Amino acid sequence: MSEPRPAVLVIEDEPNIRRFIRMSLEAEGCQVYETDSMQRGLIAAGTRRPDMVVLDLGLPDGDGVDFIRDLRAWSDIPIIVLSARTTEADKVGALDSGADDYLTKPFGAAELLARVRAQLRRRSSASASGSAVLEFGRMRVDLGKRLVERAGEPLHLTPIEYRLLAFLITHPDSVLTHRQLLKAVWGPSHADDSHYIRVYMGLLRKKIEEDPSQPRHIITEAGVGYRFVAA
Amino acid sequence: MKDIRPDPDLILDRIKEEEMRAARGKLKIFFGASAGVGKTYAMLSAARQQTEQGTDVVIGVVETHGRKETEALLTGLERLPLKAVAYRDRVLQEFHIDAALARKPALLLVDELAHSNVPGSRHAKRWQDVEELQSSGIDVYSTVNVQHLETLNDVVGGITGIRVWETVPDHVFDAADEVVLVDLTPDELLQRLKEGKVYLPQQAERAIQNFFRKGNLIALRELALRRTADRVDSEMIQYRRDKSVTRAWQTSESLLACIGPGDGSGRIVRSAARIAARLDVPWHVIYVETPKLRHLSEKRRLQTLKSLKLAQEMGSETASLSGSDAIATIIDYARDHNLSKVIVGRDHAQSWRPWKRSFADRVGKLAPDLDIIQVAREDTPADRRQEEKSTSESLLDRLRAPWQSFAMSSVFCALVTLIAMPLHTVFDRANIAMLFLMAVVLSAVRYGLGPAVAAAFLNVAAFDFFFVPPRFSFAVGDVQYLMTFAVMLAVGLVTAKLTADLKFQARVASRREQRVRALYEMSRDLSGALIAEQIAEISQRFAATGFGARAAIMLADERDRLHEPIQVPGGVPTVDVGISQWAFDHCAEAGWGTDTLAGSPLLYVPLKAPMRTRGVLVLEPSPSRRLMAPEQRRLLDTFARLVAISLERVHYVDVARATTVQMESERLRNSLLSAISHDLRTPLAALVGLADSMSMTQPPPTGQQCDIAASMREEALRMNSLVNNLLDMARLQAGAVKLNRQWQPLEEVVGSAIKAMRSTMAGHRVGVNLPAELPLLEFDAVLVERVLCNLLENAATYTPPGSTIEIGAAPAARDQIDIWVEDDGPGLPAGKEELIFNKFERGRKESATSGVGLGLAICRAIVAAHGGTIRAENRHGRGARFVFSLPCGNPPSLDGAEKDLPEEESPK
Repeated sequence: MSEPRPAVLVIEDEPNIRRFIRMSLEAEGCQVYETDSMQRGLIAAGTRRPDMVVLDLGLPDGDGVDFIRDLRAWSDIPIIVLSARTTEADKVGALDSGADDYLTKPFGAAELLARVRAQLRRRSSASASGSAVLEFGRMRVDLGKRLVERAGEPLHLTPIEYRLLAFLITHPDSVLTHRQLLKAVWGPSHADDSHYIRVYMGLLRKKIEEDPSQPRHIITEAGVGYRFVAA
Repeated sequence: MKDIRPDPDLILDRIKEEEMRAARGKLKIFFGASAGVGKTYAMLSAARQQTEQGTDVVIGVVETHGRKETEALLTGLERLPLKAVAYRDRVLQEFHIDAALARKPALLLVDELAHSNVPGSRHAKRWQDVEELQSSGIDVYSTVNVQHLETLNDVVGGITGIRVWETVPDHVFDAADEVVLVDLTPDELLQRLKEGKVYLPQQAERAIQNFFRKGNLIALRELALRRTADRVDSEMIQYRRDKSVTRAWQTSESLLACIGPGDGSGRIVRSAARIAARLDVPWHVIYVETPKLRHLSEKRRLQTLKSLKLAQEMGSETASLSGSDAIATIIDYARDHNLSKVIVGRDHAQSWRPWKRSFADRVGKLAPDLDIIQVAREDTPADRRQEEKSTSESLLDRLRAPWQSFAMSSVFCALVTLIAMPLHTVFDRANIAMLFLMAVVLSAVRYGLGPAVAAAFLNVAAFDFFFVPPRFSFAVGDVQYLMTFAVMLAVGLVTAKLTADLKFQARVASRREQRVRALYEMSRDLSGALIAEQIAEISQRFAATGFGARAAIMLADERDRLHEPIQVPGGVPTVDVGISQWAFDHCAEAGWGTDTLAGSPLLYVPLKAPMRTRGVLVLEPSPSRRLMAPEQRRLLDTFARLVAISLERVHYVDVARATTVQMESERLRNSLLSAISHDLRTPLAALVGLADSMSMTQPPPTGQQCDIAASMREEALRMNSLVNNLLDMARLQAGAVKLNRQWQPLEEVVGSAIKAMRSTMAGHRVGVNLPAELPLLEFDAVLVERVLCNLLENAATYTPPGSTIEIGAAPAARDQIDIWVEDDGPGLPAGKEELIFNKFERGRKESATSGVGLGLAICRAIVAAHGGTIRAENRHGRGARFVFSLPCGNPPSLDGAEKDLPEEESPK
């Protein structure tokens, strides 16, 4: 029995970019639905029941953040936002309201597909996985037993470092904003102490990365947040 | 336990005072009982010690009076040149304040603080010069004799019989930072005098010989010692207050001194100053001008003004009030200002009016809750005679009127006589007398007091001559008529006086109303003014009607420099820029009729508004007008205040307009930039994407087609980076970039920059060398990543493949962190290290490397926006090195990070 083709909803007002996204996704074997405005996008999301949404933030008829909030009210399908380079604040706003990843224009087909694959994989693995043990690089984390090992040796983490690591590895491939991390680890009252997160992220990198100045697992998205990559 | 913490407000006040003192130069006074005790010697010795300690000491002015020991001390000290000032037919050497301000030494010696400057100097007194020196931060040493202290002046005069006219206000003495008493026993002083060691001017030798009697010297020494002790005492109180040893006794009770028009007002002011100083309370001096006192001669009114000014100089609050009842006004003022002690001058005993209660008694009766202190006036009987003379002078003044008025009132009398002649047979003589009285009243109403008095006498004479039997003779048949004459004259005089007074008061009232109306009209006009020129015109108009003066307004710019007067149609007086700038800088009046440069024909009034001084109002008073009379002063103050407030309002109208324009242009620029960036990027994004998707077309493209697609993609991406650079530069230059500064570790942004540039630097080795203990830095991560990316790209572009690029950082001087990107490539072209940061400047013009040369310019703009600097240099061995610095600031602590964790088990 062949796996059903994943359905992707693309909301983008520029026809050429829409065409390129469709071509790329179809080559990947996805079913693509296109719309060119927010309103139609919401209707399509409700009627087509896509597995994923690719959303341009610069739509003429509304704010992408509103779209994400509306969608998140009833669905947790992955959302990848597309945005211009100089608008970090828009990206952070979109991620904070529930988007999973972003791409900066201009981007190539390879980048797009890598992100789409990662999100789809995460979705399927999240629905399938029951195991509390995660492995990446030379690290092994047992979330059930609260054990962290590096190359087979137990690794001591402070409570904060552990909570941070646990939150990161349970949200792989997604961009997590500073605010989201602070809320998850320190609680809502510390949502503005973003230097906490940066300092502890540095400490955590020193413990789990081979070369902390050129990290492989905990990737910095400048001005936005962090992304955990297992591979 | 009693709470003995100091009052926070007091501490704040003291801190403010100390801050003010720190900025101000310090004044040290060498204080002595009389000339010859060695004050100048002591001052010079102290100055020499300072010089030895390396202080920059300069002599402003020192009087050695030819004493050899003193002169010996002068050698080796720098002396300022004196200023030669011509006065009458002599040339006098005066202290040169401008030279001192220009030289600006750390410490300046200025002898004889009480000295009066030659008329025409900037300040009338040398202590005013010293205040200006202090306020520009110069420390001053000076000398004072006890008889030169304002409040002790008359006491010393009483002891020695010699009054000196050069005085120093006590507040100057009290505000001095240090006072050193230079003491010498009378015997030693006399000995020195005998040995000729004390300078005595030839012409006044006799008087001075009288002065230097032993009794005098002992008394003076006692005064000097006591005054010093008072000062030390108040220092002690201050110290105790500072250290809060105990809560010092403090009272809110203040003094109110009332002065009248007499010569004794100066004495009352001095007494009040002494009492206030002893009680350590603030004090007020007021003068109440009743309608009656307006009749006084100019000279007497000026005398009162002088006393008020004296009081102000001695540190009191002063006010000149007007009211119909002096006592009620005084009591109201005392109650309003919470003044519980009232000082009044003792009335002269008036033996011929024993029933008349003294002024003090009358105040006391109306306000039993006030303490009344009576003090002596200084008038000796001789003074009083003079005073009476001047009173009668003013009475004569009041009687004065043009001769036509006298003629007309005589005609009145003649008319009444003519009318009464035929009636004489019909009416009783008493009624005829009534007619004459009416003539007096009419004269008073029409022509004033003098003609009315003349009419009163003429009428009695006419009545006697024409109507009293025997008629047509001054002889009187019945003694009864003598009584009639007396009453007629008395009634006539009293009526004349009352009528004339009423008329005078009505005139005063109408004049006051006129002034109020003029002010009202001006403020109405001012409230409608929208530009400074209109204000200048309105004030010109008001000055002409209110003061009979020409006015000009000089506005100050942001750097506190005054501009030329605003031109108005009527023309402006020729102003002295120096004086107006002085008045503005010191926020004090200058020029005509003030303490500062009184010789100038113009009066310069600073325009003080709530936020700052806006400029200077220049008035050219016409000679006949009295600008210094109290009511005119008040009017002038109100005038200046209103103008200043209007100027401030106009200024803020301009500011608001400029802000609106700026906001609008900023908004426009931002929307333009973002529109451009969107419009340029969208086709590029499509181009990159479409080039990519070519490989997915069916049938699959050939290898050559794939290559073409890849090249298209490359070019589109390059185009994109050029567009990014141009837009970023435009944004940075327009100041439209808002830094999103956050505290973060440097390594994070270094990591993300290397990751972003990985493909560009694929052929290079990249090293990172960050010290472990770098503090957090506050910067905009995206922009600093941009700087690092540009530097890395630069290094990758200008070095051959296989070179090593290294990123490093280290703390540098002055609270900064240096961050560098270095390579081992060919290095920078010599002499171009600075040029490469310019826009559109490229390292090697002939090279084939792409780019428009904006990368480094952007780096510089970003680093500058962070408050840092960037530079390029060649490394000693090989290669180039780009260093930028970021300020450290005060990183936030991580104290709360581990504490406020939600409860949870820690990992095993």
